[in-house]
Amino acid sequence: MKKSIVFLVLISSFFGVALSCNDGTKTYREGAILYETHCESCHMADGTGLEALYPPLAQSDMLRVMGATTACAIVNGMEGKIIVNGVEYDNKMLPIKGLSTVEVTNIINYINHAWGNENQFVPLQAVQKALEDCSPQK
Amino acid sequence: MKTGLAIALMLILLVGCDQQNKRTLPKLGNRPLVERVVDGKTIVDTVDHQVADFAFRNQDSTLITEKTVAGKIYLADFFFTSCFTICPKVKKNMKRIYDKYQGSPDLLILSHSIDYRYDTVGRLAWYADKFNIKSDNWHLLTGSYDELLRMSYQYLLTAKEDDEAPGGFDHSGSIALIDRQRHIRGMYDGTDTASVNQLMLDIELLLQE
Ligand code: HEC
Repeated sequence: MKKSIVFLVLISSFFGVALSCNDGTKTYREGAILYETHCESCHMADGTGLEALYPPLAQSDMLRVMGATTACAIVNGMEGKIIVNGVEYDNKMLPIKGLSTVEVTNIINYINHAWGNENQFVPLQAVQKALEDCSPQK
Repeated sequence: MKTGLAIALMLILLVGCDQQNKRTLPKLGNRPLVERVVDGKTIVDTVDHQVADFAFRNQDSTLITEKTVAGKIYLADFFFTSCFTICPKVKKNMKRIYDKYQGSPDLLILSHSIDYRYDTVGRLAWYADKFNIKSDNWHLLTGSYDELLRMSYQYLLTAKEDDEAPGGFDHSGSIALIDRQRHIRGMYDGTDTASVNQLMLDIELLLQE
């Protein structure tokens, strides 16, 4: 009896881990596809951007500290002087239209972990909250 | 048997060498009809398409004409600074070529902005600065819409106003390779790394012509 309970717990935790893993790779892949469609033209497939025109996302010190507020940049766009890895950018990123909150979350978690990035995981709830709090578009 | 094999091998080698030496780039474009007088008789003949004369301003407000490219090999393309579809990728690929030939007197790049209203000389200067390129080898050009349109036909490149297109302009991501006599010798997809690699090989070939 005891044995079978232990077995059950083990089995279910195994499946639980397997499922969550699977879920992780699925959303990551979804993020990758969305990135290709909506971001790659400017930030490039390898996330390196283009000179001082389009900032990098790979190893970007700015992205590292943006967390859930990255959602605001994606949904509302971004404009004006910013400094990324010591380089000044003064360009304009247009709002990316038509993305659901889940899709925005998947993109954020993709760019936070692609190209060797080791930024924090951003949960859906945090993105929802951030989008409510975004300063209205300038 | 052995000698037969050796001869066959040599033949293959010979043919291979031959083909390598012979690779020349075609001359592209419509061949206009011309009338010539030969032995007192007027005959109709065709000639290679030669890119017409032009006049644009670059990022330093310098006048750039056919004289600027005289005797040089150059690349021509159309873009605009606020383009967010294919342009950044094309520019990133072209930057590789620029980096390789920077300082060379033999190779120039002429990037024409089709956004003739917004991309003023000042805006092009901003772009050149942020893109980290110099007008020694790379000219960002602006001019009247008519002149831009006329030259897009000359280079066999699409570039025109189109309200339906993203950003308001329809233009191709292709790059034209022009030889020292202003003949078009190749067209390449600037968004495609492999195609741009081929372009770099073809530039070497033209430099030796
Ligand atoms: C039209 C080109 C363009 C597209 C498409 C684009 N961006 Fe941007 N992005 C920019 C520019 C330009 C800036 C810098 C804006 C400034 O100078 O204030 C920027 C800045 C950023 C930043 C902050 C700076 C950094 O490098 O860390 C992030 C994060 C970002 N973009 C993410 C994205 C994501 C995610 C997408 C796709 C959903 C995307 N961008 C699509 C042009 C673009």
